[in-house]
Amino acid sequence: MSAAIELRGVIKEFDGARALHGLDGDIQAGQLTGLVGPDGAGKTTLMRIMAALMSPTSGSVRVAGHDVATEASGIHAVVGYMPQRFGLYEDLSVMENLRLYAQLRGVERNSAESKFAELLRFTGLAPFTARLAGKLSGGMKQKLGLACALMSGPKILLLDEPSVGVDPVSRRDLWAMVHELSGEGMAVVWSTAYLDEAERCQAVLLLNQGKLEFSGEPHDLTRRISGRSFRIVDVDRDRRGLLAEALELPSVRDGVIQGASVRVVLAQDASRDQVEQVATRRSGRIEPVAPRFEDAFVDLLGGGPGGHSVLADKMPMAHLDTEVSVTCRNLTKRFGDFVATDNVSFEVRKGEVFGLLGPNGAGKSTTFKMLCGLLKPTAGEAKVAGLDLRHAPGEAKLRLGYMAQKFSLYGLLSVQQNLEFFSGVYGLSGAQRRERIEEMIETFDLKRYLSTSPDMLPFGFKQRLALACALMHRPPVLFLDEPTSGVDPITRREFWSHINGLVRKGVTVMVTTHFMDEAEYCDRVALMYRSRLIALDSPDALKASVASAELPDPTMEDAFIRLIESADAAESRKIA
Amino acid sequence: MNTRLKAQIVKELLSFLRDPKSRFMLIGPPLMQLLIFSFAATLEVQNVDVAVFNEDNGRGSYELLSQVGAASFVDEIIPVTSTAHLAELVNRRKVLVALHIPADFSRNIAAGRPARAQVLADGRRGNSGQIALSYLSSVITRVGGEASGTGSDPAPLAAVRNWFNPNLTYMWFIVPALGAILTMLIALLVTALSIARERELGTFDQLLVSPATPLEIVIGKMVPALIIGVVLATVMAAAGILLFRVPFSGSYPLLFLSLIVFILSVVGVGLVISSICQTQQQAILGVFAVAVPTILISGFATPVENMPLALQYLAQASPLKHYLIIVHGSFLKALPASEVFANLWPLAVIAAVTLSAAVVIVRRRLQ
Repeated sequence: MSAAIELRGVIKEFDGARALHGLDGDIQAGQLTGLVGPDGAGKTTLMRIMAALMSPTSGSVRVAGHDVATEASGIHAVVGYMPQRFGLYEDLSVMENLRLYAQLRGVERNSAESKFAELLRFTGLAPFTARLAGKLSGGMKQKLGLACALMSGPKILLLDEPSVGVDPVSRRDLWAMVHELSGEGMAVVWSTAYLDEAERCQAVLLLNQGKLEFSGEPHDLTRRISGRSFRIVDVDRDRRGLLAEALELPSVRDGVIQGASVRVVLAQDASRDQVEQVATRRSGRIEPVAPRFEDAFVDLLGGGPGGHSVLADKMPMAHLDTEVSVTCRNLTKRFGDFVATDNVSFEVRKGEVFGLLGPNGAGKSTTFKMLCGLLKPTAGEAKVAGLDLRHAPGEAKLRLGYMAQKFSLYGLLSVQQNLEFFSGVYGLSGAQRRERIEEMIETFDLKRYLSTSPDMLPFGFKQRLALACALMHRPPVLFLDEPTSGVDPITRREFWSHINGLVRKGVTVMVTTHFMDEAEYCDRVALMYRSRLIALDSPDALKASVASAELPDPTMEDAFIRLIESADAAESRKIA
Repeated sequence: MNTRLKAQIVKELLSFLRDPKSRFMLIGPPLMQLLIFSFAATLEVQNVDVAVFNEDNGRGSYELLSQVGAASFVDEIIPVTSTAHLAELVNRRKVLVALHIPADFSRNIAAGRPARAQVLADGRRGNSGQIALSYLSSVITRVGGEASGTGSDPAPLAAVRNWFNPNLTYMWFIVPALGAILTMLIALLVTALSIARERELGTFDQLLVSPATPLEIVIGKMVPALIIGVVLATVMAAAGILLFRVPFSGSYPLLFLSLIVFILSVVGVGLVISSICQTQQQAILGVFAVAVPTILISGFATPVENMPLALQYLAQASPLKHYLIIVHGSFLKALPASEVFANLWPLAVIAAVTLSAAVVIVRRRLQ
C-alpha cells in the first residue's frame, strides 16, 4: 500500500534561511501521526506544504498521489486542514461557521443538514449552535475547527497544534475524536510542541530546527533509552539542590523535577552508582521508571544542559522583610456582569515556587495580573512583599520581576539598548547600571549579540535576554507568565535550572501555566476553575488525592482532569 | 533628569530612528508632500485657452485682443466665426472662457458710450472659470469697455489690491499651512502608534509592571514626539523660507513657542487615541477619523467665518485653526505679540485638556 503522504528530500527556504533541511518520510492512512517538535522546528511550514498552501523549494511532496507543487486543487479536495488560528469567523455563530464552510467546500445543500447533525454530534457542539465562535472556549473552538475541517469528508486530516490553548479535559475529548477518525481509515496528522502527546500517536515525525530527528513508532525511540530512567524519591527538602548536583555528574544525561522527586536519565552504559551516592547523601533513594518520549528526545539531542546556574551564583541572597512574599485575600475581579476572579485567597511563602494552573478562561491570568499590578482588583487585596499594590505601587513594583510568554522585548532596539532601557526604567543609574548590564552580558553570554535585534536572536538567547531584563533590578519576587510553553526541552531545562538556582537564593517565583511539566517544578500549585480556587497543594499531594485502584500513579494531567470533573459534579449537585 | 524617564525617552526615540522604515516614513513623505502639494494645490489659473468671436474690426477690439494675448495666464487665442462655434468650444471643454466682441464695441468706446463685450465662462469648472472671468473683465475694463458676465450684472468698477500678498502668490499661503498640517499629522501618528504598538507587542504590560507611573509613561511618549515634530516643522519652515521664498515677517521665537504648544496639544490627542486602541491598525484609523475633520474645520480650505455658527464654535477646538492663524500671521503680516498670545492661549487650553485626558486614560488602563 502506498503512503497517504510521501515526503522526499523536502527543503524549504525563506529568503535564504532554511526552515526545512531535506525531510524524508511517509505518513500512512488509518494512523494517527504526530508531527512533534518545539516552536520554530518547522512544523507549520511542513503542514502548509502538505496542505498545498505553499511549495517546497526543492524535493517532492505527494499527498494522496498528487504532487503539491503542480496538483494543488486535487489535494484541496481530499485534505482537511485546520490551521493554528484564524480558522474560524469569530463573529459568526457555530452554525453559521458550519454553513459557510459547507458552501466553501461545495457540499450539496440537501446533504448538508445531515452532515451538520453528524458533525455536531461527533464534536458535542450540538447545544451551542447559536453561540458566536468568538465566545467559545479554547477547546470548543478547536472542536468547531475540527468539524469545519471534516466538512468535505477528507481522506487526510491535517491539524496544526490543535491542543494549544486547550484545557486537559477538552484535549482528552479531541484525542478521542481523532483516534476514532484514524480508526475509520483516515490519515491524521497532529502537530504539537508537547512531547507527552507524542506517546499517544501511532507514528511520530520528530522535528528539531528543521531536521527530522526521528521517524517511526514512539516506543521505538523510548526503547533506545530503556533502563536509563530513574526517579529519586524521599529527598530531603532541597530537591532543587539535588537536581543541580545530579546534572553536573558525568553519568547523568538529563534531569527534571517531578513534584517532590527528581527524575534523571543516565548516559548510555553509565552505572547508577554516582546518582545513588548523591541520593543517599540527601536521604533519598532511587527507583527505576519507564522512559518517557521527552527523555529520549533530550538524549537524541545530546543531553540536557548542566544544572549549575551562573546567574544564581552572581545573585546575592534575596532580601525580603516578610516571610510571606505574595498575599491575596478575598481577591475579586468583575468585568461588567462577568466575575473573572471570585474571592480567591492564598499566601506564597518566601523562596517558594508557586504555580497558578487552570484551563483557559478559568481566571488564572486575571488573578496573576492583579498580583503583579496589571489590573486593579474590584474587591479584596493583593500584596507583594508586604506592600499593597494600590497604596505603594512604585515600591511594590520595584520588588517584582516580570517575564511574559511573548518575552516583551523591544525588537526595534538592540540587545544592548534593551538592557539599558530595562535597567533605566527600574531606576538603576551610573556605575551600578553599567555593572549590572555587564554582569548580565557575561552571565548569559550575550556579548556577540549586543548590536543584534532581539527578534533576530536564536530562541534560547531571546529567553536569556528576557530573563536578564526581568532580573537586573534583583527582585525578590519573580512573576513568570507561561515561561516555557512550546519551548524546546533543552532551553526549558536551562531556564528552569536558573529558576531553581534563584529559588535557592531565596527568590520567590510565581508562575502561571497550563503546561503540566511546569507545574511539576512548583512547590505548591493553585488550581483555578470557573474563576474559583478549587485546589491548593503540592503537586504530589494533588496527584495522590486522585489516586485510585484503576489509576495508582496518576500524572499531573490526570489530577487536573479529575479535580475539574469533581468540581463540575459538585456544581451540578448544588444546582440539583 | 529622572533615570526612569530618560530611559523611556531614549527607548522611544531609538525605536523610531533605528528602524530604516519608520525613519524614512518620518522624513520622506512629509517633505515630498510639501513639495508636491505646494505646486499642485494652487488655485491660480494658468495656461488658459480663450476662444474669441470678434465681430468688430475697430481699434478697441484690436487693443483688447492684444492685451488678452499678452496676459500671462492666457496660452492661446482660438478665433471662431460664430456664436454657435463659441458655445461649442466651451461645451466641449476646449476652452475655459470665451470672449464675444460685438460689432459696435470700438464705436461705443470711441463715442464714449458703454461698450460691452461678453465673456462666457465654463461653470463646470467654477473656481477657475470665476478667476479667468475676473481676469478678462479687468482687461476689458482697462481698454475702456465693460464685461457682461454669464448672466450677472456688470461688476462695478473697483480697484482691488491684495494686502500682505499683493500678487496673490498662492504658494505664500499654502506652504506655511501645509507645514503646519504635516507637522500635525506626523505628531499625531507618532504618538497614536506608540502605545498601540507596545500593546500589540506585549511590551506595554512590561512597562506597566515596572515602577514607571502613568504620568511618566505619558511624558515618555510625549517628549520624543515633541522632538520629532519640532525638528520636522523647523525643516519645513526652512524649506518654505529658503526654497519657496515665502517672506517671513513675524517673530521666530514666538512662532517657535507656538509650535511647541501646538505639538503638545496634538500629542495629547494622539495619546488619547493610542491608549484607547488595541492595535496599530485601529490607531491609524483613529488618526484618520480625527485628522480629517480637524483639517477641514481649521480654515485651511474654507474660511471659518463662512461656516454655520455651530461649526465655528467647534472650530475653536481644533488646534490647527489657532496655529494656522499664528503661522500665516507670522509669515505674511508680522503678527504682533498680542495677537500671537490671543491665539496661543486656546492652544494651551487644548494641550492641557488632551494631555490630562491621556494620563487619566493610561491610569485607568491599570484597573
